[in-house]
Amino acid sequence: MKRTTALRAVALGAGLAMLVTACSGGAGGGGDATGGSDGDVTLQWWHNSNTGAGKDYYDQVADQFEQDHPGVTIEVSALQHEDMLTKLDAAFQTGDTPDVFMERGGGELATHVEAGLVKDITESAADTIANLGGSVNGWTQDDKVYALPFSLGVVGFWYNKAIFEQAGVTETPTTMDELNALVEQLKGAGVEPISVGAGDKWPAAHYWYYFAMRQCSQDVLADAVTSLDFSDPCFLKAGEDLEAFVATNPFNTGFLATPAQSGPTSASGLLATGKVAMELAGHWEPGVMQGLTEDEQGLGENTGWFPFPAVDGGQGEPTAQLGGGDAWACAQDAPDVCVDFIEYLLSDEVQKGFAELDMGLPTNRSASAFVADPALAGLLAVRNDAPYIQLYLDTAFGENIGGAMNDAIVNIFAGQGSAQDVVDAMTAAAANE
Amino acid sequence: MASDLTPRTQGTGPRGAAAGARTAAAGQASAWPAAAGPRDPDARPRSRRQWRQRLEIAFFVTPALVLFAVFVVVPIVQAGRYSLFKWNGLGPMDDFVGFQNYANALGDAIFQRAVTNNLLIVVLSIAIQLPIGLGIALLLNRNFAGRTAMRVIVFVPYVIAEVVAGVVWFLLLQPNGPLDAFLDTIGLGFLTQVWLGDPEFAFWTVMGVLTWKYVGLAIVLLLAGLQGVPEELNEAAQIDGASWWQTQRKITIPLLGPTIRTWIFLSMIGSLQLFDMVWILTKGGPANATVTMATYLINQGTERSQYGYASAVAVILFAISFILAILYQTFVQRGDASDTKIVRRRKVSR
Repeated sequence: MKRTTALRAVALGAGLAMLVTACSGGAGGGGDATGGSDGDVTLQWWHNSNTGAGKDYYDQVADQFEQDHPGVTIEVSALQHEDMLTKLDAAFQTGDTPDVFMERGGGELATHVEAGLVKDITESAADTIANLGGSVNGWTQDDKVYALPFSLGVVGFWYNKAIFEQAGVTETPTTMDELNALVEQLKGAGVEPISVGAGDKWPAAHYWYYFAMRQCSQDVLADAVTSLDFSDPCFLKAGEDLEAFVATNPFNTGFLATPAQSGPTSASGLLATGKVAMELAGHWEPGVMQGLTEDEQGLGENTGWFPFPAVDGGQGEPTAQLGGGDAWACAQDAPDVCVDFIEYLLSDEVQKGFAELDMGLPTNRSASAFVADPALAGLLAVRNDAPYIQLYLDTAFGENIGGAMNDAIVNIFAGQGSAQDVVDAMTAAAANE
Repeated sequence: MASDLTPRTQGTGPRGAAAGARTAAAGQASAWPAAAGPRDPDARPRSRRQWRQRLEIAFFVTPALVLFAVFVVVPIVQAGRYSLFKWNGLGPMDDFVGFQNYANALGDAIFQRAVTNNLLIVVLSIAIQLPIGLGIALLLNRNFAGRTAMRVIVFVPYVIAEVVAGVVWFLLLQPNGPLDAFLDTIGLGFLTQVWLGDPEFAFWTVMGVLTWKYVGLAIVLLLAGLQGVPEELNEAAQIDGASWWQTQRKITIPLLGPTIRTWIFLSMIGSLQLFDMVWILTKGGPANATVTMATYLINQGTERSQYGYASAVAVILFAISFILAILYQTFVQRGDASDTKIVRRRKVSR
């Protein structure tokens, strides 16, 4: 749910993880070697709800499935999020993946599909796929579906209601002009308006993604994901919009070195502790803020949310949302019952419990009503009404182009790059694909 | 080295001879007939001893060599192999691109900046830390109350784990953080900076933290070197009427030459491979202001899954370090072995 990629990058961690994976692979013993519809089958399931009620809930879910399917054993590994990503990376490289794992879609999924690591579930899970509707788009390659999204969130502005009130803000902005006015109003009230974790790059890049979605039509964006052609002028305009916005100086002091989510001086920490008025972030933000405050409440009742505003004159949909999520996928060589299991994870029943525990934003619409948190419920309504949800562009384009794009976008934040540089960097990286 | 070994060899002599006799009985003796000759009646036992010594060396060195091969040589060779492919780490490695990765890396503006930064850090580390280290080492070599405590304090930054020190500095250097507050209280508020978030300033902030962290090593090495400077020389100089400063300049520092050159070598290699501190403080940012070759390669390798390309960068980093090390040892450290002998001889002759 958190998108931090920082820890993945620590080489030592990766090395250790490979060792750990190697060891656990040996200890797990033929977990994924068994197959066939008859006889005893073991499924290895890695998930990242490793604390409290979420972990207990997933254990119950696994037990229930075992009871309903005699002969099936589910080995549950509840891992801390970054640990899971590191271990998964190592597992993908060795080809020894767990049977059930998380996929984030886009270019990342494409490389896994290309390497033959993920099961095509288009036919075997057809009913569930139909039920999920457009949500599965991010996990579809060449009309084949490879994973079932169980949580799908969108990025928007999280804000501190108390600070807005003190500054005399009564309405949340719906256009860029209103957002700029809001920034000035907050500055006038002596508050740093927006925190952004540009040190981790992707939180800053989200601004460009949104400008691109407002400037580019859905077709142009969808086409760019496959053709990797970024020559449409709307991509340049997105960068120019960003340049203009950065020029209004709306961000926290020293934002270029601010991390996204780690510690009280991170972008999330600044919002959670009342140092800034708002932050552009995904649906994970309340959970992150809770972890960063001593009382574990985050902003509590003062948590507010509004979607990214519309931009004048763009070709894009003003209410399209940037987002992404997590999906359950089966390993290519996993036994067939694996597909039954991930379909079960997306059933009305399991998604309802998932929603009630605020573990994410359920994709099964029947569970939408059970999201208790009012801010998240508002976000969910926006998501459900959006004409389309664009997968995070760095995920959609894949790590290589995505990384080059994010670097170039951060350079705009640093005042050292131009709108054209972003397009050039993406084009150069695409040529290297 | 050879003279160091002599006593040990002699010490093991009797045991070695006994064992040699046993091996000889097992029929090994015939393998060494040529070595035995009229020239040297003692040759046979010595050859046995040598053989046993070789066995001993092999026995103790083999585990280290195996570890070295598995964890150093094999990865280096593998990196060299990966660097010739375009490979994202998944699936088979079948897209051979020759030296394209190398060409891309050398032509990449950010990588060029990383190399420049590394070389700048090499030069600045030496230029800043050597005078400071030398000065403090000379001071700490004098007798004064609390000298031991001072030596410990000076060395503490180097002992603290790099990551811990990095995180502490990261928190101290936050905008409006403790350092800024401190500067404000002592009336230097005008000095406050966006230490890590300003592309113009971040490099110098990192340089400052690196100096704080590593000057301790220079001091300790130089202090150790100072212990090797015979006190008699200082006394003689004093008798000749030299001032303290003259003694340091004309006698102590020249005799510290080998130590200084060794420290420069260590510092140089450390600067070229710099990663942890930069990664924790800035991740190479903002806007690549503090990028080093190592942070660049981690970025390209693990964050962008360009394992072939990152391997090429790793090989280039290895090559640069290796070549500089060889050049340095050939041209700068060449005379050091004889230098130490001179010192020793002087000491003896007195």
